[in-house]
Amino acid sequence: MSPLAFDIAHLLAGGMLVLSFLLLYQDRITAVLNVFALQAIALSLSVAWQAVVQDAPHLIVTALIALVVKGLIIPGALHRIVRRLEIHREVEQVIGGGPTMLTGLGLVALSILLVQPVKQDVGILTREDLAFALAVILLGLLMMITRRNAVTQIVGFMSLENGLVLAATGARGMPLVVEFSVAFSILVAFIVFGVFLFRIRERFDSVDVGALDRFRGERRDQR
Amino acid sequence: MMALLSALTPLNAVLLVPALAIPVLALVGNYRAGAIINVIACALTLAAGLSLLFAPRLRTDLLIIDDFNIYLVTLTTFVGFTTSVFSATYIAHEIEIGRLTPKYLRFYHAMYQAMMGSMNVALVANNTGLMWVGVEVATLSTVMMVGIYRTPEAIEAAWKYFILGSVGIALAFFGTILVYLAAQDVLGEGLPAMAWDALAANSAKFDARLLSLAFVFLLVGYGTKIGLAPFHAWLPDAHAEGPTPISAVLSGLLLNVALYALLRFKMVMAGNQATLDVGAVMMALGLVSLVFAGFMLYRRRDIKRMFAYSSIEHMGIATFAFGLGGPLANFAGLLHMTMHSLVKSAIFFAVGHIAQVKGTQRLADIGGLSVTHPVLAIGFALGVIAIAGMPPFGVFASEFMMVSSAFPRAPYATLVLVFGIVLSFGAMVLRMQEVLFGEPKGPRGPVKASYVPMFFHLALALVAGLWLPEPVVRWFRVVAAQLG
Repeated sequence: MSPLAFDIAHLLAGGMLVLSFLLLYQDRITAVLNVFALQAIALSLSVAWQAVVQDAPHLIVTALIALVVKGLIIPGALHRIVRRLEIHREVEQVIGGGPTMLTGLGLVALSILLVQPVKQDVGILTREDLAFALAVILLGLLMMITRRNAVTQIVGFMSLENGLVLAATGARGMPLVVEFSVAFSILVAFIVFGVFLFRIRERFDSVDVGALDRFRGERRDQR
Repeated sequence: MMALLSALTPLNAVLLVPALAIPVLALVGNYRAGAIINVIACALTLAAGLSLLFAPRLRTDLLIIDDFNIYLVTLTTFVGFTTSVFSATYIAHEIEIGRLTPKYLRFYHAMYQAMMGSMNVALVANNTGLMWVGVEVATLSTVMMVGIYRTPEAIEAAWKYFILGSVGIALAFFGTILVYLAAQDVLGEGLPAMAWDALAANSAKFDARLLSLAFVFLLVGYGTKIGLAPFHAWLPDAHAEGPTPISAVLSGLLLNVALYALLRFKMVMAGNQATLDVGAVMMALGLVSLVFAGFMLYRRRDIKRMFAYSSIEHMGIATFAFGLGGPLANFAGLLHMTMHSLVKSAIFFAVGHIAQVKGTQRLADIGGLSVTHPVLAIGFALGVIAIAGMPPFGVFASEFMMVSSAFPRAPYATLVLVFGIVLSFGAMVLRMQEVLFGEPKGPRGPVKASYVPMFFHLALALVAGLWLPEPVVRWFRVVAAQLG
């Protein structure tokens, strides 16, 4: 592989990681959605580049799915939800921005340490891509943990899922990748519509999932 | 026409019947007709599952039938069928009291078949990714059914299950990618590097560190679906708030499918000596789940929630047995999976009837069942005795085998195991007494439902405790040897 191809792949995967960090400290929901859309676009570029480098045209389909579904449709739908439910104010965080960023740095270091000693013989691109993907996955998990709002939790999950797609497309010649990205899109669509479907707002007057914890453990009142 | 018939092998039928039943059930407006079609579809799937036993073994790059999954397919289709019979009478009552509307039932029946079909996909898949898709779809369809009552509790349970389940399967997917990467060097690019049989046969040549890393993700991911503590938070809520037939299949089948997935990966790990000691990790998680659930059983006030914790306990026991490994412990684990599946679904059938006649799930409001509903009380008592591990039921046989094989090899861990079993035994007997005896409470109306599924399951568990058929013993032996 030419050094240029390698550098471009690195740049795009690294871009996704940086956007993951940006997601961590946004304190407005609309900003969170915009950064997520950017990350999805970075993902689709990265997948498209993998399609060129690996000479695997079917990956273009995955790239298009990422671009259209996660870059355009889902952020658009979430913007609508946010506007309709009037929750475009601040995002409540369980842990403040500073400690979250530090934890995030720790997670990136962890993923590099985990992946680096593995597979000396495999292409260096695969290995580094794997480290980036694992970091994006862990940061997505961190975002789900540190936010209390249902919409930002969804974004955290989707960002986690971006990392998964990055890993799957980075694994050379992995079969059924396109099918997996479709399966994941279904999952994500389910989650987004779940907010509507489960009518979290109407039932609880809030999309703060803390409101869901009212009777954690045991039913207090008789039905 | 002939070509069409020859394409209808038992294996295809197990997958196609549910797939065809989904659109039919989604369109049938009459809920009684829907329930009957649901039962018929499950009966056809069961027939296909049973005929699979006599069909020749086969493998392709995508599907496989071997000693391990053949009995699980049979078990899944069987419990799916009996639960559909139970469900038909259960939902008739729910319609009567207005908790469900016919529109929701259309959806419910379609989702039921979606769940059955996707579990079968997960079981017969010879491809790590296809299996993952099966588990994912099964999760989504059960999420929809858990939230079907639309009460705040049900929505909380569904959302929690949804988010935790999604994160779990996402992590499992990352593990799947890592296993592919490990296999790719040896098996080349493409489908063979994701096929179970090829993976298990060649794993000695895989990169051990990559496999170990993969297994951590797979254990957390599928462990969430198995309901192992500390990843179990979704399980009690989902069991307590959904319709009871769904609690029965969740406990009886879906947990087994997730454990099956983990065990397939353990088979791959077993072929490679240089990986981390997965057995010790599984033993530890199993014991934590067992003891944790044992203590939690004492504090339950909701009858379905209590048996949900009992499922965590039994999955912990099975995971411990597989973690210990060796022919005898693996045999015990396989037997335990089967017995738990039969007995726990029977208990949920009984609990469903109890909750319907008493109009509540609160343990404090259920009492004197032996006076008000004697037959139901006998069924419930037999179920609880069986799940608590008393002879002569099958659960006793598997637990006895496990303890006796574990003592010489891991004495301290076995002490914890015995402590956990005794702990939950105490809780079970305590609660059973409260439900059966004491001041009769609540309505005394007759049960308008069939007891056949419940007693049939219990009879099977009893037979298995006394005598196991020869082919079953042979399968279990072969699989126990492969599990390492």
